Amino acid sequence: MSEFLEFRNVSKRFGTIQAVDSVSLEIKKGEFFSLLGPSGCGKTTMLRLAAGFEHPDAGRVILDGEDITDLPPNKRKVNTIFQSYALFPHLTVWENIAFGLRVAKRTKRDIETEVETMLRLIRMGDQAHKKPDQLSGGQKQRVAIARALINKPQVLLLDEPLAALDLKLRQRMLIELDMIHDQVGITFLYVTHDQGEAMSLSDRIAVMDSGRIEQVGSPAEIYETPRTSFVAAFIGDTNFLEGEVTSLVDGEYCQVRIADIPDVICFNDKTMKPGNPVYLSIRPEKIHISRDRPEGTRLQNILPAVVEDMIYLGSTTKYWVRTHGLRVQVLRQHFRFFLDEKPIRWNDDVWIWWHGDDGFMLDRFCAGDEHLVSRPPQKVGESEDDGPS
Amino acid sequence: MREKRRRKIQEALFSLPSLLWLSLFFIVPTLFVFAVALRPANPYGGIAPGWTWANIRSLVNPNYLAVAWRTVWISVLSTFICIVLAVPIGYYLARVSAKWKNVFLMLIIVPFWTNFLIRVFAWKVLLHPEGAIKKILAFSGLISPQASLLYNAGAVVLITVYTFLPFTILPLYAAAEKFDFQLLEAARDLGARRLQAFAKVFLPGIRRGLVTAVLFVFIPALGSYVIPDIVGGPGGEMLGNKIAQRVFVDRNLPQAGALSVVLILSVLAPMVAVLILQRKRERPASLL
Repeated sequence: MSEFLEFRNVSKRFGTIQAVDSVSLEIKKGEFFSLLGPSGCGKTTMLRLAAGFEHPDAGRVILDGEDITDLPPNKRKVNTIFQSYALFPHLTVWENIAFGLRVAKRTKRDIETEVETMLRLIRMGDQAHKKPDQLSGGQKQRVAIARALINKPQVLLLDEPLAALDLKLRQRMLIELDMIHDQVGITFLYVTHDQGEAMSLSDRIAVMDSGRIEQVGSPAEIYETPRTSFVAAFIGDTNFLEGEVTSLVDGEYCQVRIADIPDVICFNDKTMKPGNPVYLSIRPEKIHISRDRPEGTRLQNILPAVVEDMIYLGSTTKYWVRTHGLRVQVLRQHFRFFLDEKPIRWNDDVWIWWHGDDGFMLDRFCAGDEHLVSRPPQKVGESEDDGPS
Repeated sequence: MREKRRRKIQEALFSLPSLLWLSLFFIVPTLFVFAVALRPANPYGGIAPGWTWANIRSLVNPNYLAVAWRTVWISVLSTFICIVLAVPIGYYLARVSAKWKNVFLMLIIVPFWTNFLIRVFAWKVLLHPEGAIKKILAFSGLISPQASLLYNAGAVVLITVYTFLPFTILPLYAAAEKFDFQLLEAARDLGARRLQAFAKVFLPGIRRGLVTAVLFVFIPALGSYVIPDIVGGPGGEMLGNKIAQRVFVDRNLPQAGALSVVLILSVLAPMVAVLILQRKRERPASLL
């Protein structure tokens, strides 16, 4: 598979806001690709650049080897599903779906057979003569999909298509979108701020922030090996630990001084040298917690801690513990429930430990990103920024 | 059940004043006009006793038919020009930034601060045979030096458009303001050219505003009297002028009544047609 939809150094500015800042991105044919980021990060602008609703200030947009930067939307073989669906209110479901074929001046018989096929695909044959305002949110969504797919686009652009649906419907449409992608086999470019949607649907994800792409990779790569503090904090939860390399161990590992802990062991994938500053990201579920000190190996970091906060979540419990002055979030999966087990409570002395491979060194750290990490409930009188620093 | 009936009675009570008002000042006078049209005239400008079809029959007269035809085409043409001008203006007003929107709306409304008659007289000055516009047009060879800009049907159309353009812009702007412009993007995305999107999505989207705008020009234009009287001349006479002549010159009220009946019916017919069409297509029908 080669690149199919390509952005080359694309920039777009609105007034004083740099919405997209010299972004280069390659999307492969048939891929389900997501642009993930908080609102205002430029992901929707990227989509509109691909659709042709915006013209880039600089850079080119290439589709299947052809430069489409200067083509108007109606000349591009891409179709969009809008967040609000943008169904034509004066047309019936049938006429909405037929719109693209009608403006393309296809024969009446062609239009009829293809619309019927689409109505079957979205299982709405019996609703064909309703107007959009008589449909439910999920039905509107399906009509929008059919209306876009009937034109056989090379790329389907989806702008937060599930944002307007309630949770249950969203989960069902998620599965349906995935099935449709498998059935039609065309490239999907999916814009969302919901990491769950992006993770569950995508082949690859590009995480965006402030008009730039922070990282591109498969969902697992993005989650397990975040390159920047933004990616680590925006996707899932994490702990940031700031330190300095003190010595190398075995060539593959190094020891890092964090706060007053001199010897945190960490996998050294960035070829750090003693003296280099590092920022570690450790996912809460990678850290273990127990009352008793574990056996441990050479590559494990074992620290004593005190439980400050906890939230019971059913299948898991979240703990915020303090160790060496650092506040660390720990997520514990409950595998087995023993009634006679003495549970961990507030202010208990515990041990936490993690393997050296589970701390991940970040390329770039921005202190502001810590605000993206979920925080324990505030106690009365406690100051706002009491997290790990 | 009782709750429902109480609400019905309440609704009736609330609409009673407006019903009385409309009956007293609109329906009853209109019925008077219909009645007068069926009475003979007396030589002193009054109404004679008895009933007659003579007034109605006298309408079938080549002179009247010519004026009626002119009234219709002047109104249709003026309405058409107003809509063609007002649709793009309404579209633009809905899209322009709030600051400019207010400036343009102000510019549209400001002429109303001057009396309508004075504005029509101003046009008379502008289009005068010795006026600047005439001289420039004649000098540049666009019209012959003998041609007149005033006292013809063209002048009536021009000034009717000028007078009623704001009344078409405002409802079209109101409709465009409520229009979801993302629909135009969707249409373009699905392969429609700019004009196709405009015709297939924007115009149907503002159809209520279009109907209102058409009625706002067409109905007053049909009954217009002042404009053709001041700038129309004999070649620009409309039914309104004929009615005025019957009243003020001939002092023949029944004849004027008969002409008015024609006018009232020709205004009512398109309105009733529109209402029925709207009722058929949509559940709640309203003009605005």
